[in-house]
Amino acid sequence: MSVEQVVFLVLAVVAVGAAVGVVTSKNIFYSALLLIACLFTVAGFFVLLEATFLAAVQVLIYVGAIAVLIIFAVMLTERMMGKTARAWNEQWWIALLVVICLAAVMVQVVITANWQLSDGAVPTDAVSALGQTLLTTYVLPFEVASVLLLMALIGAIIIAREEPQEEK
Amino acid sequence: MIPLSWYLIVAAILFCIGLYGALARRNAIGILMGIELMLNAVNINLVAFWRYITPEVLTGQVFAIFVITVAAAEATIGLALIISIFRNRETVIVEDVDMMKW
Repeated sequence: MSVEQVVFLVLAVVAVGAAVGVVTSKNIFYSALLLIACLFTVAGFFVLLEATFLAAVQVLIYVGAIAVLIIFAVMLTERMMGKTARAWNEQWWIALLVVICLAAVMVQVVITANWQLSDGAVPTDAVSALGQTLLTTYVLPFEVASVLLLMALIGAIIIAREEPQEEK
Repeated sequence: MIPLSWYLIVAAILFCIGLYGALARRNAIGILMGIELMLNAVNINLVAFWRYITPEVLTGQVFAIFVITVAAAEATIGLALIISIFRNRETVIVEDVDMMKW
């Protein structure tokens, strides 16, 4: 077994363990912290896959922005969440059944499928190639994504804003 | 070299755990975390397919970047909605927010 494979297995165990903790923890704050661990391991997978730019983006956006946003929301809504509150609804066993079946099907497909692998190498200047791809072939989705982000920004401000007193 | 199927299996397991969180969690923030896990699993798949099948063309990474963008927008709006609901109804338990159910 090579070093890469050992690193991968360690990352995989941490990722799956943290993800299980995210959905099972009764305390939503622990879930948020475990989610950060899981997002870090995903960045590790990106490094193993030689997508270094994406690994940096993953740490900056997911760990730096989204996880902090989630922790903020947890802090703002913590009052109602007693430690004894149930974590799952009544249909959790149906969900578990469905999820186990789905996992079995997906793993079966992944193992039996015949992937057309290529042994080409990653471009040495992958980041500049990525930038050029974004601004030539994918320039329309790129612009749409920027409009989407602007809409999300304005929408979030309007939805979460404290309403003026006279409107209530 | 790590086999492609290892990445796909880990991503499938992460996706299923996230799906379980989205389906079974009572806390709305927990549901959002489940959705983030699912999006991350998809990103692992996209990047793994890029690396193993078309490493010369960077399409997989481009799509992963778009998925991250959409995930950021979704988390922002979702958390704004949750905070707004909490302000009006004093709860983040999705079962208690059923005024549009008939």
